[in-house]
Amino acid sequence: MDTETLVHVAFTVNGTPHELEVPARRLLSDALRHDLRLTGTHVGCEHGVCGACTVLVDGAPTRSCLVFAVSLEGAAITTVEGCGNPDGGMGPVQQAFQDCHALQCGFCTPGFITTIAAYLEENEDPTEAEAREAISGNLCRCTGYQNIVAAVQRAAELRAGRTGGPGANR
Amino acid sequence: MKPSPFIYHRPASTSEALEMLADLGDAGKVLAGGQSLVPLMSMRLAAPAHLVDINHLPELDTVEVTSTHVRVGAIARHSRVERDAAAYDAIPLLRQGLENVAHPTIRNRGTTVGSIVHADPAAEMPAVLALLDGVVELRSANDRREVAATDFFVGPMESATRPGELAVAATFHRPPDGSGSAFLELARRHGDYAMCGVGAVVGTDPDGSVTHARVALISVGDGPVLVDVTPAVTGNGGGFDRAALNDLIDHDIDPEDDIHATAEYRRHLAHVLTARTLEQARERAVTARRAGRAA
Repeated sequence: MDTETLVHVAFTVNGTPHELEVPARRLLSDALRHDLRLTGTHVGCEHGVCGACTVLVDGAPTRSCLVFAVSLEGAAITTVEGCGNPDGGMGPVQQAFQDCHALQCGFCTPGFITTIAAYLEENEDPTEAEAREAISGNLCRCTGYQNIVAAVQRAAELRAGRTGGPGANR
Repeated sequence: MKPSPFIYHRPASTSEALEMLADLGDAGKVLAGGQSLVPLMSMRLAAPAHLVDINHLPELDTVEVTSTHVRVGAIARHSRVERDAAAYDAIPLLRQGLENVAHPTIRNRGTTVGSIVHADPAAEMPAVLALLDGVVELRSANDRREVAATDFFVGPMESATRPGELAVAATFHRPPDGSGSAFLELARRHGDYAMCGVGAVVGTDPDGSVTHARVALISVGDGPVLVDVTPAVTGNGGGFDRAALNDLIDHDIDPEDDIHATAEYRRHLAHVLTARTLEQARERAVTARRAGRAA
């Protein structure tokens, strides 16, 4: 077939402005990984079920495999690469994942990190039940949910400056 | 698992979108939240030649609440409608239904009107629209019409929307004072499509006795199945006549077997969930009467 028409789109990713010329059918997940080489965003099921590709669009968790890049003109996108601390160290959610051993193979982790980071912006001190509900849209095939739930609460502690031992509040 | 190529259009106004849709006719498809359309395209179950992206039309990102209704614009995300305090106060069933729509992440992007136009028999918001005597507002380049929910859902994944038309809003009517509502469903996994789901609106008199009730069932027919169950829920001293209720439901539903559940099991769920939903709606109506508000 003919070469596909390219569409211009401009958005920011982790605060950096980007301008892309991509085919209209380019999923945001592919634009991030292939065009911008931000391979922290993982693609699992590619039809919106697994949650591994979750990024933040204007602060709201969004499946990057369920949006076309060209539809995000003017958006502010945050990927797992943008969830660290400004000094380059790990952000609270990432630190909590390490503290609680909340990742095994790590494939699903970027989607959890972005989802939890946004969730804690609105719910600073979730109960265990709320933590479980917050991650209900993300699948982990290593069955590490217990530790991920603990990490949600640990991340809340770290954000609040309660820096006791891992899971000190549990 | 990648969509086939299409030509992308990003109108800057609703009128421009309507002109584009008029020009494209059958070849044009509206892209709203895309949470159903994009996976269908990725799985190559849909391959529209043109997409008209309405995500950049702020005039369609509206939730209007009046004393009689809540009107939701075409690009209002589920999450926005769900969180709108005034909309919840006016019609609690909106949030009760929305909480069952997929996962919060999907609701951040998916739109309520888009879900209605998609007309999936397993979707919650078509049932909510039907229960609330809702109306879909359709505009085209040179016409505007309103279609009642009862006429809007033509069949599975098929609405009354014609080529060239854009569903610009859906209006949900507020139930009378003394009403209560609820929405319950059962899915294999939390957030999956329901094997069966039921929404209910129950009316009560000042004594708290049920005066009328309707339910809308999902995943057991070609679209939302609206059933007036008043005969089975009135005049029983507050209790429901379960046998009569089951008969009314059985008369109207037509569940099918699939990989998730047998038709027989769906029928069982329809009976159980209907009774539970009605009971919860009745309790809320009574509570609301005491507090002097809708529930």
